[in-house]
Amino acid sequence: MPVAHGSSGPATRFGIGRVILYAVLIVLAFFFLMPVYVMVVNSLKPLDEIRSGNLMALPQAWTFEPWLTAWSTAQIGVQPTGLRPYFINSFLMVVPAVAISALIGAINGYVLTQFRFRGQHLLFALMLFSVFIPFQIVLIPMAKTLGILGLAGTVKGLVFVHVVYGIGFSTLFFRNYYAAFPSELIRSARMDGANFFEVFSHILLPNSAPIIVVTVIWQFTNIWNDFLFGASFSDFSSYPLTVALNNLVNSSTGVKEYNVHFAGAFIAALPTLIVYLLSGKYFVRGLMAGSVKG
Amino acid sequence: MASLDLVNVQKSFGPVKILHDISIELKDGEFLVLVGPSGCGKSTLMNIIAGLEEPSGGSLRLEGRDITTVAPAERNISMVFQSYALYPNMTVAKNIEFPLQMRKVAKASREERVKSVSKLLQIEHLLDRKPRQLSGGQRQRVAIGRALAREPKLYLFDEPLSNLDAQLRVDMRTEIKKLHQRLKATIVYVTHDQIEAMTLATRIAVMKGGVLQQLGTPSEVYNRPANTFVAGFMGSPRMNLVKARLTAHGGAGLSLHFRQGAGTPVQISLPSEVVPQALADRAEQEVIVGLRPEAVSFATPGMVAGPRQCFVDAKIEVIEPTGADTLVVIDLAGHEFTVRLEPDLALTPGQNARFLVDLSKLVCFDAKTETLIA
Repeated sequence: MPVAHGSSGPATRFGIGRVILYAVLIVLAFFFLMPVYVMVVNSLKPLDEIRSGNLMALPQAWTFEPWLTAWSTAQIGVQPTGLRPYFINSFLMVVPAVAISALIGAINGYVLTQFRFRGQHLLFALMLFSVFIPFQIVLIPMAKTLGILGLAGTVKGLVFVHVVYGIGFSTLFFRNYYAAFPSELIRSARMDGANFFEVFSHILLPNSAPIIVVTVIWQFTNIWNDFLFGASFSDFSSYPLTVALNNLVNSSTGVKEYNVHFAGAFIAALPTLIVYLLSGKYFVRGLMAGSVKG
Repeated sequence: MASLDLVNVQKSFGPVKILHDISIELKDGEFLVLVGPSGCGKSTLMNIIAGLEEPSGGSLRLEGRDITTVAPAERNISMVFQSYALYPNMTVAKNIEFPLQMRKVAKASREERVKSVSKLLQIEHLLDRKPRQLSGGQRQRVAIGRALAREPKLYLFDEPLSNLDAQLRVDMRTEIKKLHQRLKATIVYVTHDQIEAMTLATRIAVMKGGVLQQLGTPSEVYNRPANTFVAGFMGSPRMNLVKARLTAHGGAGLSLHFRQGAGTPVQISLPSEVVPQALADRAEQEVIVGLRPEAVSFATPGMVAGPRQCFVDAKIEVIEPTGADTLVVIDLAGHEFTVRLEPDLALTPGQNARFLVDLSKLVCFDAKTETLIA
C-alpha cells in the first residue's frame, strides 16, 4: 500500500510531462516528415492522379515508372539521359573532394596543434576566416583561377573548388580535436622513431575516428548539396546532380511531370540521407568530442 | 648502456629562466633521480635530455657523442611517460613492437623481442589486448616493455608511478629497482616523491626553481644536505631546522644555545670531533641547526651518553604512533622538534622526558645563505 501511495503522486506528474514531451516530438516529426511523405507518395503515382488534384492521397495505381524515368530516360540536356550521368558526376566530385579536404584538414590540425611556430595563431585565424566568406564573393576570382589552371567546366575543377572551400572547416574540426589529443602520445611516438608522417598515420589518424566521421558527413552534405559552384563552374558534361535536377524541373518543353520531379529530388537526396542514417550517431558524438577543448 | 654528460644546460622562455646552468655527469649504469617540487624544472630537463625540447644553452653528450641538436628519434633514448602514453589503437604487442617497426627492424626479430620483453615483465598473457582493457599496473608494465624493446642507451622515466595507487606504487618501485639491477641500465628518473628518490637512486639531483641544489648519493643528500631546502625536502617527517647561537667556551669547545620566545634555554655542547673547522670559525654567530627525527632517541634511566651523544630534557607535546615507530613532537627551548622513537614507549603528552641526541648526525647551516657549513 505505502509503495503504491508514494509513487502515485510524482509518477502522475512525470507521466504528464512525458505525454507533452512526446506530443511535441510527434508534431515536430510530423512537420519534418510531411514533405518526405508528399515526395515519396507522389513519386509513386501516375501523372494523371497528381493532376486530378490530391497531393496527399496514397497512390491508387502504384507505379515505379517515374523513378526509372528520372534515373535513366528523362530529358535533361540534349539527350534523354535521365539523372544517372549527373549522379555519377556528383560522386566523382564528392568522393575526392571530401577525401582530400579531410586529409588536408587533418594535417593542418596536426601541424597547428603539435608544433610551435611563429604566426601559427594568425594562420589559424585566417583559415577560420575562410569559413565565413560567402560563396558568391569567390565566384569570379575562382572562375579566373580555374581558367588559368585549365580546369574550367570539368569535374576536376569542381573538386578543386570544394577542396579549397572545405579546408577551412576541416581544419577547424581537426585542429579542435587534436588540441585535446594527449601530447604525450605524440612525444612518445617521436621518441620511438616515428617521423612527421609516421606520427600522423600511425598515431593521430587511427585515433581520429569521431572527427573523421564529423568531417566526412559535413563535407559530403555540403558538397553533394552545393548548387552555386556546380551551376557556375561546370558545363553540360560535368553538371553535378543538383544542377541537373534543377534543369529537369525547369525544363520548359512539354508537360510538367511532377511525379518524375519528385522521384528525381528524392534520388538527389538519398546519398546524404544514407550517410546520416549510417553515421548520425557518431556525428553528434564527434561534435561533442571536438568541442571539449579549443 | 652509456654515460650521459650534461654541460651547463640552460633553458629560458623569453625572459623567464627555467633552468640555470645544470651540469651533471652520469656514469654507465647509474640511476639518477631528478627530484624537486612541481615547477622546479625537472621535467623540462628530462625533455631536453629526450630531445623534445631544445636547451637555450649548454650541451649534452651521450656516450661521448654530442647529442645537443640530434632529433629525439636518433638519440637512442627510451622514455616512460607519466600517463604511460600507450597507443590506444594498437594491441599491447603492437605497442611494444612500434619502436622497432619505426626503426625498420625485421619482422622475425621484432616478434622475438616482443616475446622476450613480455616474458621479462610477465605480460605475455596481455599481448592481444588493447591498452584500455588493462589495469594501471599492467599499463605501466607495457610502457616499460615498450621502452625496453629497442634496448636504448638510456632510459628516461617521467614520474612513472604517480598514477598508481599506494600499494601498487611500492610494488612497481621494487620492480623498477630490480629491473635496473638486472639490466645494468643507465636511467634518469623524474619524481617529486622523495621516498622514490631515496629508494631507487644511485645518485639524486635535488632541484628547486631551475637550480640544481645538490647532486649526491642518497646517503649524502640525506645526511649532509647542501642547504636547508634539501634538508627539508628529503626525508619524512622533515629534518628539524632551528636557529641557535654558537658560542665558544674555552679551548676548542663549542656549544649551541637554543632559545625561542619564553621557552627555557637549552644548551648543547659539541664535542670537538663533530665540529668541522668551518663551524669552529663561526663562534658567536647564529646558525641553523638541522637534526633528523631519528637522531634523537628516548633516554632510559641509568643510560650514559657516549662521546658523540648528549642528553636534553624536553616536554612532550604530541604523540603520533605510526605502528613501526612513534613520532613525538617535543618542545625544545620553545622550538617544536619532531623525533622518531621506538613504538612501545609509555609516554603521555605534557610529560617531561629525557632524550639522547646523536650529535654526529647534527648538521649546521649558515643562518643567512642557508647553506651547509662543512
